[in-house]
Amino acid sequence: MKTVMLTINDKKFEVPDNYTVLQAAKEMGIQIPTLCYHDDLCVAGNCRVCLVEQKGMRALQTSCTLQVAPGMTIYTNTRRVREVRKTIIELLLSEHADNCTSCYKNGNCELQQLAKEYMVDGNKFIKTIRYWNIDDSSPSIIKDDSKCIKCTRCVRTCEQLQSVSALYSAHKGDHTKIATFFDKPLDEVICTNCGQCINRCPTGALIEKNYIQEVWDALDNEEKFVVVQTAPAVRVSIAEALGIGVGKISTGKLVAALRRLGFDAVLDTDFTADLTIIEEGNEFLHRVTKAIRDKQNVALPMTTSCSPGWIKFIEHKYPDLLANVSTCKSPQQMFGALAKTFYAQKRNIDPARMVTVSIMPCTAKKYEANRPEMYSSGYKDVDYVLTTRELALMIQQAGIDFEKLPEEDYDSIMGKSTGAAVIFGATGGVMEAALRTVYEIVTGKEVPFQKLNITPVRGMEGVRAASITINGTKPEYSFLDGVTVKVAVAHGLANAARLMDEVRAGKSSYHFIEIMACPGGCIGGGGQPIPTNLDIRKKRAEAIYEADMQLPIRKSHENPEIKQIYQEFLKEPLGHLSHTLLHTHYSKRL
Amino acid sequence: MENTLEKLQEKFSLIFSVCDHSKIVNAIVKKSPEEIIDEITKSGLRGRGGAGFPTGIKWKAAKEAESHQKYVICNADEGEPGTFKDRKILRDHSELVLLGMCAAAKAIGATTGYIYLRGEYAFLKPQIEEKIKEYNELFKKHSIDFTVRLRMGSGAYVCGEESALIESIEGNRGEPRNKPPFPVTRGLFNFPTVVNNVETLAYAAIIVDEGASKFASIGTKDSKGSKMFSISGDAKIKGVFELPLGMKVQELVDLFSDGDTKAVQIGGASGFCVPRKLFKERIIGFEGIPTGGSIILFNSSRSMYRVLMNYLDFFKEESCGQCTPCRVGCQQLYLGIKAIHSGQKPLQYLHELQRLASTMAITAKCGLGQSVANPFISISEHFKEEICY
Ligand code: SF4
Ligand code: SF4
Ligand code: SF4
Ligand code: SF4
Ligand code: FES
Repeated sequence: MKTVMLTINDKKFEVPDNYTVLQAAKEMGIQIPTLCYHDDLCVAGNCRVCLVEQKGMRALQTSCTLQVAPGMTIYTNTRRVREVRKTIIELLLSEHADNCTSCYKNGNCELQQLAKEYMVDGNKFIKTIRYWNIDDSSPSIIKDDSKCIKCTRCVRTCEQLQSVSALYSAHKGDHTKIATFFDKPLDEVICTNCGQCINRCPTGALIEKNYIQEVWDALDNEEKFVVVQTAPAVRVSIAEALGIGVGKISTGKLVAALRRLGFDAVLDTDFTADLTIIEEGNEFLHRVTKAIRDKQNVALPMTTSCSPGWIKFIEHKYPDLLANVSTCKSPQQMFGALAKTFYAQKRNIDPARMVTVSIMPCTAKKYEANRPEMYSSGYKDVDYVLTTRELALMIQQAGIDFEKLPEEDYDSIMGKSTGAAVIFGATGGVMEAALRTVYEIVTGKEVPFQKLNITPVRGMEGVRAASITINGTKPEYSFLDGVTVKVAVAHGLANAARLMDEVRAGKSSYHFIEIMACPGGCIGGGGQPIPTNLDIRKKRAEAIYEADMQLPIRKSHENPEIKQIYQEFLKEPLGHLSHTLLHTHYSKRL
Repeated sequence: MENTLEKLQEKFSLIFSVCDHSKIVNAIVKKSPEEIIDEITKSGLRGRGGAGFPTGIKWKAAKEAESHQKYVICNADEGEPGTFKDRKILRDHSELVLLGMCAAAKAIGATTGYIYLRGEYAFLKPQIEEKIKEYNELFKKHSIDFTVRLRMGSGAYVCGEESALIESIEGNRGEPRNKPPFPVTRGLFNFPTVVNNVETLAYAAIIVDEGASKFASIGTKDSKGSKMFSISGDAKIKGVFELPLGMKVQELVDLFSDGDTKAVQIGGASGFCVPRKLFKERIIGFEGIPTGGSIILFNSSRSMYRVLMNYLDFFKEESCGQCTPCRVGCQQLYLGIKAIHSGQKPLQYLHELQRLASTMAITAKCGLGQSVANPFISISEHFKEEICY
């Protein structure tokens, strides 16, 4: 690696020659404020708050765009720099509806933070807020243009990470705004509700649609029996959302907090994650059997279906490949359908007075819960979806001191789960969990990886692939003996699109593909704590894998409650009840 | 007086004089890239778009950039209010422009060139296409591997900025890029690209043909050569004139004034306003007021408040809107002046606005936002009473 020497604030430093001044300064412990810059995205250089002085240059330079060069002399903290930054923040505030006290982002807003640091006068310039339009058409996202600073982080997120391009910079000059196609409401354009734009928006211009009040209402209503389920990724991020550090597993405290909030039953989406593995694993085997043994034409590779952002994406962009998607509902929806049938029967509760709430790392889950086909229990299967962030707010509202809570266990039934279910929270987790089960169904032996950890599918690479050769099958699967199963994992929809283009072109050699809409999988979901970046996502993922290792049972098919539900209720995987409650269909969307 | 103007023009006409185009082609064929760059450098030719970057240095940088692919772009997006000289060059002397592109291509090693034509000049399109065809063939005949193509602009002022122009040719939203990297190292499709405006290329062709000395003998030390000026406003004669660089504003006023000139706007909306009391001091050229060529005269019947508001209205519309200082700053200058004029803001607010304009000059991403300070500060300082009351 080549390095260069440069001088920042009269101190000489040596840094790699591909660094920007912003990176170099950061390494040296010098903070430079940023707004349009984000670790996950390409550099835009449009907010101009990261300006610094470069010796020999008349104009100031944006440190996020400026490449280091030998002998460069930079000043990051001159009077001129401070004054100019302050003016820029004041300019931003002039076109900003700065009603912080009633803003959802209050206390977690980058603009607000900068305004505080630079002690700006928000009224120095004439107010010019042009767009007051609040778009709350989407079940997942609220877009408030009066809070937008045109940093284009959302635009770049949607285009680069998600290859959706629902948002773009429209018009010019004083009419500039972040718009959708023809300025249509968000629920009428191609948007996957993934919420990745929310995670990167520095202000309150993009936020999730919150259902906190509805949930409080249900909890306060004596008539209602309120069941809550928690997604795998929430247990490693709830502490972070409460400001207690990144990558902490707090499953027990999470359960305790939910109980304190007044939920009548605290259950686990992980239970239905295990169930998904059984159903989806069998569906996969079914398809492979048809293809290899019966030489029939079935859609392969099969792709996972638990990420609703991904589902909406394929419905919009690759409707010709919908047959490749597993028909399994997501664990959230399986849970909802079973809560109001199986669980209601077991506990002798009238499903009509049951309210199901789920705590999700995901904003697309809000959309998913509202899909018209998700009524297979006879009621709305999942009534309300809260993000990790919303739950954190409720815990704060209730005055619960999270750190002091005891560790408690989930209720039963539908509260037990395995390590396989927990790893659903990280990219590659579903694949790993499925392989642990499928391999064992076919061979009767554990998947041949050390301690069941299928490491090739782990990590943060955009697309990862692995192959496993099946050796020594049970007699009924003898046609699979010696077959090498090829799998791939993609996270972030731009990576998903790469794999789907191959499938569409008939060039894909994979049998099974896991796709998660969000970078890092659910740990990087659109409902997770803000900020996010690769480091943070890695820490959350590490916590997920640690949680897996801590659990006594690490294979879905060994979950005793899963065995029980098949015995008592579902009878067999892919059976009649499974078909009505746990599987679904998809439709082409324009 | 008109006599003087004629004599001046006669003396300094380079583009407007008759020249032998085949002679220029031969000169390009004969000369090595180094020789071409050398002549251009010696001539002292600087970009005629307004910024005045030395053309020789630009070509040399592009030549030295290592790449198997390079481009030459002719910026024919003349959009500065009050300028129409490129239109005249394109209409009457487009050969020179194509030859200038060819010289640039040879100098840097480019095989493809684009003319980016302002949307409003669509009426010139058939004629230019015809010329392009003719010259592409001529180049082929002389075994010069260089093809020119035409691209139409969509009418955004900012697309005159070279990196926004490049984005526009690439089919993207016309927004200026971050610089560095500059187009000479990473331009069109990320290949080294020379962008020159129409007038610069026309002069380049003449210099390659005639050598540097004739051009360099005109003008002053820092501002060499002749220059096209578009004269408009309250002038007794209006139109496009070729005159030497380095003249005093007074000399121009003497030539064109209707006898009652109180201010001259040099360089169009993004240029400087010179009040009568400074006519004798200010030089039109790189040591004084650099200009793309627009000269607008105002007589005492004009309200400088109106003039400034017009410019600001223009800028707040034409800012590409991506960077904060320009997008918001232009609006604030416009609204602020209006508020002062109507008494809603105190006089002192003008200082705040002048500070804002100076901030824009050092913080905006591209020349558009940076240059708004020029008209704003010069007009609001020299005509404060007209602005405030
Ligand atoms: S977006 Fe930020 S600055 Fe704006 S009102 Fe909300 S908290 Fe305040
Ligand atoms: S939710 Fe996802 S798809 Fe929709 S606009 Fe945001 S980033 Fe794009
Ligand atoms: S919506 Fe948010 S992320 Fe998008 S441009 Fe506006 S402030 Fe930036
Ligand atoms: S200065 Fe103006 S035109 Fe230039 S990039 Fe900024 S907003 Fe766009
Ligand atoms: S952070 Fe550098 S310009 Fe916005």
